[in-house]
Amino acid sequence: MFLVLALIVSSCNDKKANDASNVVKAGEENMIEVANTDLEVYDFNGFQKFLQKKDDKVYVVNFWATWCAPCVKEMPYFEKLNQEYKEDNVEVLFVSLDFPHLYESKLKPFIKDKNIKSKVVALNDVDMNTWIPKVNEKWSGSIPATIIYKNDTSKFYEQSFTYESLETELKQFLK
Amino acid sequence: MKTIKILSLVTLVVVMSAFTVNKIAVADGYKVGDVAEDFKLMNVDGKMVSLSNYKDAKGFIVTFTCNTCPYAVGYEDRIIALNNKYASLGYPVIAIMPNNPDVQPGDSMEAMKKRAKEKGFTFPYLMDDGQNIYPKYGATKTPHVFILQKTAKGHVVKYIGAIDDNYQDASAVKTKYVENAVNALLKGNEVPEKETKAIGCTIKV
Repeated sequence: MFLVLALIVSSCNDKKANDASNVVKAGEENMIEVANTDLEVYDFNGFQKFLQKKDDKVYVVNFWATWCAPCVKEMPYFEKLNQEYKEDNVEVLFVSLDFPHLYESKLKPFIKDKNIKSKVVALNDVDMNTWIPKVNEKWSGSIPATIIYKNDTSKFYEQSFTYESLETELKQFLK
Repeated sequence: MKTIKILSLVTLVVVMSAFTVNKIAVADGYKVGDVAEDFKLMNVDGKMVSLSNYKDAKGFIVTFTCNTCPYAVGYEDRIIALNNKYASLGYPVIAIMPNNPDVQPGDSMEAMKKRAKEKGFTFPYLMDDGQNIYPKYGATKTPHVFILQKTAKGHVVKYIGAIDDNYQDASAVKTKYVENAVNALLKGNEVPEKETKAIGCTIKV
């Protein structure tokens, strides 16, 4: 029982090959669980594709959570950016690190109430020590944190933004 | 090379101006192997606490934590368990609340007292009044653990990072980073994993 629990809540870890099949199942369960709603939930392996797109678009990927006050404060700036720069081939992605048991009671109502227009996905992967450095070596793990990237060029920010400072950073990718 | 020189100069300036430490220090902070300074901070019982008060300690599990961060709250029981297990072995937990209570009223001294009583904290829960200590350590979030070992040259940082590898479910933890580190130190061995990363709440300034 203990082992089963460990596998269900754990996430893909490519180092542990013998766990892999079970873990993949756990991942699929996640997807099925949310199939009738509009929240996509990923473990890190599933999520990684959002950091690796090479389609000449500029992606602004913001890691946040509903419980993170500075994250919530800066979200309107990302929303505005997404709106204003849509035609410049810019896309904002919000990556929620909310606790899975609060997806229904906190995260989904938040997205609805705040009328978030940018895409929101949830990252549910407890093995943070494995995936945080894969996002960026310099990331200590505090949020908000943001990555702006275009093809192979990317910049990482472990900080809060104002609209102006966010726009300034984005413009470096639009040149 | 030039960058390294500038960095060391910045570090030196920061260390020298220890009493005027500000946000610049956050980028630096202690690395594993550095000697950590002692502090004198107010506990929830109204008394001042310093590492030097603990004559018999072999080291410390210094944990930056707070009332208001869900990740920190999720770890409270595990922090209590750590102290219950290791205080008698010479590695007590020293909890420090790094947030500015003006920005985060839920982390005021009154709120800290209340939380410590509710949860029955068996360790000191200190207010980083003036927010001078967390930047010296280089704590960036709650919870954030620094394990110190008492040596002839001072309190040497032996581990920086997370408590374990599952913030959601204590029963599903695979690797107990802090326990592994303290166990190794108690045996006189090298800490197996000296630094780990975890998501946490930004320290409120």
